[in-house]
Amino acid sequence: MREVEDISVAIVGSGGAGALTAGNLLLEAASLAGWRGLLTRTVGPQIRGGEAAALVRLASRPVECLADRFDLLIGIDWLNANRFGAEIEVGPQSLVITDPSGGDLPALVARAGARVVEVPIKDIAKAIADGRPNMVALGLAAGLLGLPEDLSCTVIAKRLKEKGETAIEASRAGLKAGIAAATGLDLSLQLIAPKPSAAPRWLVSGNETTGLGAIRGGVRFAAAYPITPASEILEWLAPNLPKVGGVLFQAEDELAAINMIIGASFGGTPAMTATSGPGLALMIEALGLATAAEIPVVVIDVMRAGPSTGIPTKSEQADLNIAVYGLHGDAPHLVLAPQSIVDCLFTTQWGVYLAEALQAPAIVLSDQFIGQAVAAIDRPADIAFIGRRTAALPQAGAYKRYAVSAGGVSPMAIPGMRGGQYTADGLTHNEFGIPTSSESDHRTQLDKRRMKLEQFAYGDHWATIEGDGELAVITWGSLTGSAREAIAKAHGSGLNIRLIAPRLLCPTQPDRLKAALDGVKRVLVVEQSHSGQFHRYLRAHYDLAKDVRVLNRPGPLPIRPSEIEQAIMQWRS
Amino acid sequence: MSSVETRSACKPGDYKSDIKPIWCPGCGDYHVLLSFTRAFAELGLVPEETVVVSGIGCSSRIPAYTKCYGFHGVHGRSLALATGLKVSRPDLTVVVASGDGDGYSIGGNHFLHACRRNIDMTYVVMDNRVYGMTKGQPSPTTEPDFDTALSPGGTGLSPFHPLVIALAAGANFVARAFSGDPNQTTSILVDAIRHPGFSFVEVLSPCVTFRPDEREWKTQMHPAPVAATSDPGKAARRIMTDDGFNIGILYRGNRRPYQAKVGSNCIDLAELEKDFAL
Amino acid sequence: MSKAPSIPAIFSLSDLLAIAYRIEADAVERYALLADQMETHNNSELMKVFRDLARAEGIHAEEIRRLAGDIDLTGRANALRTSWPDAESPEEVDLGAAHYLMTPWHALQLSLAGEKRALAFFTSIVDTAKDAKVKEMAAEFVEEEAEHVNLVYKLLRKYPKPAGSWPPDGDPPLAQD
Repeated sequence: MREVEDISVAIVGSGGAGALTAGNLLLEAASLAGWRGLLTRTVGPQIRGGEAAALVRLASRPVECLADRFDLLIGIDWLNANRFGAEIEVGPQSLVITDPSGGDLPALVARAGARVVEVPIKDIAKAIADGRPNMVALGLAAGLLGLPEDLSCTVIAKRLKEKGETAIEASRAGLKAGIAAATGLDLSLQLIAPKPSAAPRWLVSGNETTGLGAIRGGVRFAAAYPITPASEILEWLAPNLPKVGGVLFQAEDELAAINMIIGASFGGTPAMTATSGPGLALMIEALGLATAAEIPVVVIDVMRAGPSTGIPTKSEQADLNIAVYGLHGDAPHLVLAPQSIVDCLFTTQWGVYLAEALQAPAIVLSDQFIGQAVAAIDRPADIAFIGRRTAALPQAGAYKRYAVSAGGVSPMAIPGMRGGQYTADGLTHNEFGIPTSSESDHRTQLDKRRMKLEQFAYGDHWATIEGDGELAVITWGSLTGSAREAIAKAHGSGLNIRLIAPRLLCPTQPDRLKAALDGVKRVLVVEQSHSGQFHRYLRAHYDLAKDVRVLNRPGPLPIRPSEIEQAIMQWRS
Repeated sequence: MSSVETRSACKPGDYKSDIKPIWCPGCGDYHVLLSFTRAFAELGLVPEETVVVSGIGCSSRIPAYTKCYGFHGVHGRSLALATGLKVSRPDLTVVVASGDGDGYSIGGNHFLHACRRNIDMTYVVMDNRVYGMTKGQPSPTTEPDFDTALSPGGTGLSPFHPLVIALAAGANFVARAFSGDPNQTTSILVDAIRHPGFSFVEVLSPCVTFRPDEREWKTQMHPAPVAATSDPGKAARRIMTDDGFNIGILYRGNRRPYQAKVGSNCIDLAELEKDFAL
Repeated sequence: MSKAPSIPAIFSLSDLLAIAYRIEADAVERYALLADQMETHNNSELMKVFRDLARAEGIHAEEIRRLAGDIDLTGRANALRTSWPDAESPEEVDLGAAHYLMTPWHALQLSLAGEKRALAFFTSIVDTAKDAKVKEMAAEFVEEEAEHVNLVYKLLRKYPKPAGSWPPDGDPPLAQD
């Protein structure tokens, strides 16, 4: 029995086998036992009945990415599982459990040299009244991991509450049978006991923490148009916004959604929407309006593979260009990127705060990986960033909505305030908001809008900067976790590497990045885009070290820690 | 309409700003501006609690010419702006101004859904049957044989019927006015703003520069032969035989206006986390 | 639209004052609006003509306000308009007939039409009013309007009728949005 810090389990099945539910239950039961973990999934294109794999990583400390391979792979069946390819990679040390009636092992799995054991999962389930194969699979995993049975029973009872006692009983029986079938098997791995934590635990997805972050930041109006993989943000907000006196409103399209939140914000209510790449593209014109008229809004883009309709269910980091450069004209605005499920809460909340303080739109670039992954995390501490606008006060004389001031932020009148009447306008305007084509007014307002963003004190949240070394890995978003693990592994080989992951992408922070690169001679840029959007962005705005290498690839496969580690090791001087 | 606090009798001048309109002299929109200010005065609207929202086009310039709050948005999206505003600030009186291009072409989709939602606001479309601001292209209400640079010889397409669409899509108040009769327009606007739900007023407003032929409208307009009905079926029948120059209120309905489901109790934010707790 | 205004026969003095004030105030508003239009559209000759007309109407409006004393003229006029849904108060100036290249002769024709309509309006009140005081005051207004009509005729003698319509603009229209 080898003690390890993390164990990865994949459960594969099709045609309603319930593999994804089994994965969810496994993570939840393990969380009750005190372990941390991360769950993602990979699926076929069908709406129901398709092939699916639940990918679970359990650990004694928080994990933010998947491991390089699975220690335990349970196949309820292998129909169409070749599709999953390297996503369910196993190695010679792995244990593969296969149902003899479930078809042939996928080629990659068969070639990997893992220990393959047959367990008749479907038959075991059939022998139980209303038995389900996914509960047997869950039992197998729980048994091999040493998860206490009662914890699994607890989560089953909670999950199946609505289906009634019979279903719960049948599921428990399946679980028991799976645990029994595991007794003869040997995983040879034992998870290190989890460190007890005083903080309460959450089992939560990035999309959910995004929603909570928005409400904590002060959002009380959201417009919704569904799009994969962002819909869950809106679905979470729908019942929860009204609980705090807010409203979620479904729009007829993204063009309506973005304009609705601008209208609500104009009326004084912090507002947001959530979408993905195609929706963001539709919202671009109105984001320009919000920039020009200086109206705060937050738009979450849960990035998926593009271009155009792309791969809706897979992650990629290729909306950077449109988020940063997409607006026509010169339209400086805020772009932020959370780095993990827990960071979605902070970054979204901070995004609302910044948008309100700076009266500008904020695009928050999340991605499908973070958005839809579920993790067991410690409850994050409350943060003090609550959105607050500089409000105009009643005054004598005509009101200058866009008055030039030292910091660039002009007090904003809210409808209802007497004497504050003005017409918000996307046309170039003077300080009063009246349209103008004069060179000086145009320049004045362009300067104002750029200056207000550049002069703001963003603090240390602008980036994650860890470690020291002559080599720096610069990455962003969901790859931060992978990079961090790779660096930790390289550290184990005696290498010191700095990690830099900007959370604030716009406005750029040249002086601060320069400071972060102090002493760095080589830079490895890691990103999930085909054209290297992040690398080009860095080059355009920052002075990087002379020696730069780029590890980039498009979706759908995540970039694993071992790939980054390999790139680092290949480059040791 | 939100509750109206009446100050000492309001004059139309209280609602007109000092900004000089850029509209061509002779433009019907000048009369519409007067009708707006008259209607606001008659209703005693509080200027700082009234918002005029518009899109892009000549008619959409109107917000800055009033003393209310205003929003001059992007082309075609005034109803979306107004919807977000009204749903989050039901205390405000929201009047939306648009033109036939902004409202019926690029704004067409939002028009359908705004009528359907029946949120309490008033939508005034100044229809001059042409894209005036961009120099004379055909709009959805342009006659099929009207010759333009973009459609030589005319589009050959049947014009859009905004009143039919509004009625079918669920608007609670449907009317046609003519800028050349500002008193009647004022009266219709007052009624429209007072009426709960989504009120739609199509104002025929001639374009002196690109549609000089519309000077003839003066002689073609006539009052509607019957008073408004609250029966959508009757209204539908009437509108299908309408000659396009009937002035008056077609339909004053009893369709239930939109009610936002806002929770009345504001719970502690910590309550929201309970879903996440293990 | 029907040209002759329809008015109920019953009128009170305060109603008459309110209507008369509304007519003058409307006229001030229209002329001011036209003056602004002409200023924006760089027709300074017309701007001056309309400013002068606005000023003249403003004086009359003030006189009526003084006559009215405490009466809430605006409120009364509002109430009157809503109780006569079919009536139109006389249109002083048809803004739809304006043009940025119009000459003073054209502008004064518009004004003349408005003044004549107002004159006809008050004349019909004299004919139909039952109250003696109302008849008397209406007769005063008839005199006033007749003076306005004559004033416009005098002004018209300064500006000869142009041979045709105004000359065309050398430039094509521009798109601004």
